[in-house]
Amino acid sequence: MIKILAKSIREYKKPAILTPILVTGEVVFECIIPYLIAQLVNQIQAGCEMIVIVKYGTVLVVLALLSLLLGAMAGSYCATASCGLARNLRKDMFYKIQSYSFENIDKFSVSSLVTRMTTDVTNVQQAYMMIIRAAIRSPLMLIFSFIMGFVMGGRVAVIYLVTIPILAIALTLVVRKTMPIFRKVFKKYDALNASVQENIRGMRVVKSYVREEYEKKKFHVAADDVRADFTRAERILALNNPIMMFCVYLVMVVILTFGSYTVITTRGLDLNVGQMSSLLTYNFQILMSLMMLSMVFVMITMAEESAKRIVEVLTEESSLKNPENPVMAVKDGSIDFDNVSFKYSKKADRMALKDINLHIRSGEVIGIIGGTGSSKSTLIQLISRLYDTTEGTVKVGGVDVREYDMEVLRNQVAVVLQKNVLFSGTIKDNLRWGNQDATDEEMIEACKLAQADEFVQQFPDKYDTWIEQGGTNVSGGQKQRLCIARALLKKPKILILDDSTSAVDTRTDALIRKAFREFIPETTKIIIAQRVASVEDADRIIVMDGGTINAIGTHEELLKNNEIYREVYTSQNKAGDNDAQ
Amino acid sequence: MRNKTEKNAGSRRGVVLRLVKTLFSFYPVLLPIAIICIIFDAVISAIPSVFMQNVLAVVEDTFQSGDWSAASGAILGMVGILGALYVLSLIAGFTHTQLMAIITQGSLAKMREKMFDGMQDLPIKYFDTHNHGDVMSYYTNDIDTLRQMISQSFPQLLRAVILCLAVLFIMLYYSVWLTLLVLLGVVCMIVVVKKVGGGSARYFLRQQQAIGKTEGFVEEMMNGQKVIKVFCHEEEAKADFDKVNDELFENSRTAHRYANMLMPILSNIGYVLYVAVALVGGYLLLLGVPNISISGLAFSISIVVPFLNMTRQFTGNIGQMSNQVNAIVMGLAGTKRIFDLVDEKPETDEGYVTLVNAKENANGEIEECAERTNVWAWKHPHHDGTITYTKLQGDVRFYDVDFAYEEGKTVLHDISLYAKPGQKIAFVGSTGAGKTTITNLINRFYDIADGKIRYDGININKIKKADLRRSLGIVLQDTNLFTGTVMDNIRYGNLDATDEECIVAAQLAGADDFIRRLPQGYDTPLSGNGASLSQGQRQLLAIARAAVADPPVMILDEATSSIDTRTEAIVQQGMDALMTGRTVFVIAHRLSTVRNSNAIMVLDHGRIIERGTHEELLALKGTYYQLYTGALELD
Repeated sequence: MIKILAKSIREYKKPAILTPILVTGEVVFECIIPYLIAQLVNQIQAGCEMIVIVKYGTVLVVLALLSLLLGAMAGSYCATASCGLARNLRKDMFYKIQSYSFENIDKFSVSSLVTRMTTDVTNVQQAYMMIIRAAIRSPLMLIFSFIMGFVMGGRVAVIYLVTIPILAIALTLVVRKTMPIFRKVFKKYDALNASVQENIRGMRVVKSYVREEYEKKKFHVAADDVRADFTRAERILALNNPIMMFCVYLVMVVILTFGSYTVITTRGLDLNVGQMSSLLTYNFQILMSLMMLSMVFVMITMAEESAKRIVEVLTEESSLKNPENPVMAVKDGSIDFDNVSFKYSKKADRMALKDINLHIRSGEVIGIIGGTGSSKSTLIQLISRLYDTTEGTVKVGGVDVREYDMEVLRNQVAVVLQKNVLFSGTIKDNLRWGNQDATDEEMIEACKLAQADEFVQQFPDKYDTWIEQGGTNVSGGQKQRLCIARALLKKPKILILDDSTSAVDTRTDALIRKAFREFIPETTKIIIAQRVASVEDADRIIVMDGGTINAIGTHEELLKNNEIYREVYTSQNKAGDNDAQ
Repeated sequence: MRNKTEKNAGSRRGVVLRLVKTLFSFYPVLLPIAIICIIFDAVISAIPSVFMQNVLAVVEDTFQSGDWSAASGAILGMVGILGALYVLSLIAGFTHTQLMAIITQGSLAKMREKMFDGMQDLPIKYFDTHNHGDVMSYYTNDIDTLRQMISQSFPQLLRAVILCLAVLFIMLYYSVWLTLLVLLGVVCMIVVVKKVGGGSARYFLRQQQAIGKTEGFVEEMMNGQKVIKVFCHEEEAKADFDKVNDELFENSRTAHRYANMLMPILSNIGYVLYVAVALVGGYLLLLGVPNISISGLAFSISIVVPFLNMTRQFTGNIGQMSNQVNAIVMGLAGTKRIFDLVDEKPETDEGYVTLVNAKENANGEIEECAERTNVWAWKHPHHDGTITYTKLQGDVRFYDVDFAYEEGKTVLHDISLYAKPGQKIAFVGSTGAGKTTITNLINRFYDIADGKIRYDGININKIKKADLRRSLGIVLQDTNLFTGTVMDNIRYGNLDATDEECIVAAQLAGADDFIRRLPQGYDTPLSGNGASLSQGQRQLLAIARAAVADPPVMILDEATSSIDTRTEAIVQQGMDALMTGRTVFVIAHRLSTVRNSNAIMVLDHGRIIERGTHEELLALKGTYYQLYTGALELD
């Protein structure tokens, strides 16, 4: 896991290495300064000359300035290193996701990807900052202070050997005891927040059924449960401080008595007064670093879960790969399905498509009809290789789709997805998705074909009208027409509309189809629709049912021979029942 | 909202005061104890340096002689007192850390409950006008910053302030001159904290904004990820992302830089100050300048040395305080937002007509009774003290109703309509025509501007909102299921319903079939808004939920619009069963579902432009006819 995360350090390797080095220097100074201060105290107490104080003072100030410089630089490099890692992690995740196939995308929910790229990255960043700074600083501080303690205190420093293990064991116990509780309670906490989200989203239902009090009670129970667990964990964690203070005090008392005893009995030979007072200082530093170390440990453990979730995204391998010597041109718009079967995941026991054999000539107009779950969308998604078949082959222009360069294939097979999205930006920005270099004339022409030009011209800013995120400021029918225009700008050999005119009125729908017939006759067109009217003038209509092709034929043939088609047709027409949607 | 945030800086003190008050109200006993312990602990921590110095002084005086027995009495006596103080400090330390753990988590829980309870009572308008993600972040981000502040910042700040005060007092005890010198250094430190810390806080707030922006960008891109793939737009998406990401990087790097540099700067200023005190102290000693102090002691080494120690303690604590600057700035911003939510005005209710169980007595009059009779009546107390009872029937009438979401922008004009008990009334029209708005008025999610709405002859403004809503069932286009079992979700409609009643309701809705085929039948747990179910199945559950509530009036708002024609046939059966014998308001995209209504209202820009039965409207050859034949677009 660490290896994978470490790959994202890259250009921030220098600050990541410099930080611990600088911190080491800072620690050295921080240990020398108290030593010199002890000396100074001794000198002053011995009634030294003013010049001695000035000498010591100058050295001390210089050291302090150096320490400040090192400390500030370490802090600055540390910020660059940790924020840089976060930046690269986000970037790597985003880039990785761009390489995902549809199958990979289906695996992660949008909200989980967003959390992984924000909250989880922040957690890892914090832990990383801890590691390169505090995790280096604390043990170093510990060792330096320890050594200095022995150098200065001699036998008296043995007290450290007693207290350090006590503190270390106590802190380990505390961390060990609290971590499992924390892990558990974090899950509960997530569930609590999920229930709040549920409540906010379902507020109309809550209010309609007058369930405010019920919801409050439910929430109080859950909130109290979280509180109880958190309190338990935090109370154990809160022991850290008194335990540490106990050790500090213990050492103080021992040094004061045993130290005084040593100083006096040896007449200052084994230990002098200055050394004794600096022992007291180091005592504090040693125990403080142990304390920090235990906190670092807690932080790292807490970030572990986040790191796992990030690695999951980074290690997810795209299930589709470009071939080695890809075919770079699509000959024509013919499509062949040979014995194609497909299921969404290896584990699924139901085939989404079974034994599909289908041959479409270049330039043909094909309609597809069928209920939800009949795999209409699945069928067409195989054509532009959004998924790979489980069995059998799909050919475009006579070549297996797996042999094409994916970008070439997808540029020639334009799909207008059922769940279509416009992005925040102007109409022009959105249209350019189809062709980066499209001229204004080309865009207008595409929009005319898709019957979108008329309403766009009515907007005050015309083609420069700003589209809100998700396209919420245009109507459903307008959005669909813009999406069609966007696909047309690709000038594809195959155009697939997956229920893309459902919100468009029948007259406009007919106009779009007429425009297709007149202006892009060579393009193969596949139209999936709920409305029979949208497909009845197609060359051939495919009736899908439960993942198989139930029938293929013209409108008249199917009306005569196919049960399902007739049923759909009558439900929409005989009773005069046109979908208004 | 914006005005409020701009005033933020000025009202920061108000937020602190209010937070402290709130915390005291949560823990009126424990919190004062905790605070006393913190203060006690801090004061005790300031004293040892004096004792240590005295011990060292004794050692200093006697070590030449090497006579332990001469010094031991004084030393052990002092260490004894020190030990006793330490024990007290440990007890105080243990008590306040434990208490603060309890207080922090308890206060957070209470704060959450306060927010949630307040939120339940807010009008629907609040949820219609606030981004749900923003509301959520009160419960996650803002509560987190509050936790940081209560558990860490406040106690540490309090401790540091008390310690500084205690040390300051001791310093003054020894020497005013040297104290002034230390204070001068402290002023330097405060300037640094203001500058560096202020910069850090500013960039941390900017970082928060950049995170929000990144979040928004990522969300949009992830939502459209499949479109990106289809258009081979990956490279462009990457380039756009880099821009947003780099901005976040720059802001957070600057913020962390400032924050990381603060500590080393402060601690080293501390060292410099230390040297300055040593120099000045030594110089004053040499010159023999008269000392001014509380103790009245003259300048001597025994003053300068402890003073040096106290200087370190003092500056160390300033560092401690400065460490909390970021946490406090962000915490106060979060707390302010939490208070804003708590302060939102709850839905008001001046209704006094209530819904009660009733039965008919021998005279055919309706009287109230305690037991459940399945007959309901409106209990209407009048000014003169009399009470009348009106049987609940489900008769809803609009008289010239006008409505505006925002003042001055009327969205409904002169709506009049009559729905007699058992009738089905349909609304047809494009998005924004006002269909959903009308239903929002019936259950008083919003209040009308002009006109009257009467329910069983009673002005709905006089009816208690809870009772009014209890008499109305609603099935929405977007089904919202709750985490819990299938049974729990059905029972949501009527908490008193037995399992049998819930199953009967499911059967009525046509949901029983698929529920029994679920792995654990009615006990199948649902989560994530019933993610494991299909759209149609979720809708059937919503219908069952409405059925178990058994209200005389139903509102079906686009209940079947996201279901395909074939699935709809199944759902439709459930709906038809549910509608029998009730007054029903239907909003539908699919005109097939409204054909058999008693009256169809065609709405356009907030006005009813056509009304009548299906046949009448077809004969009219107006808008409805055009919609029906598909010549007109609905969206």
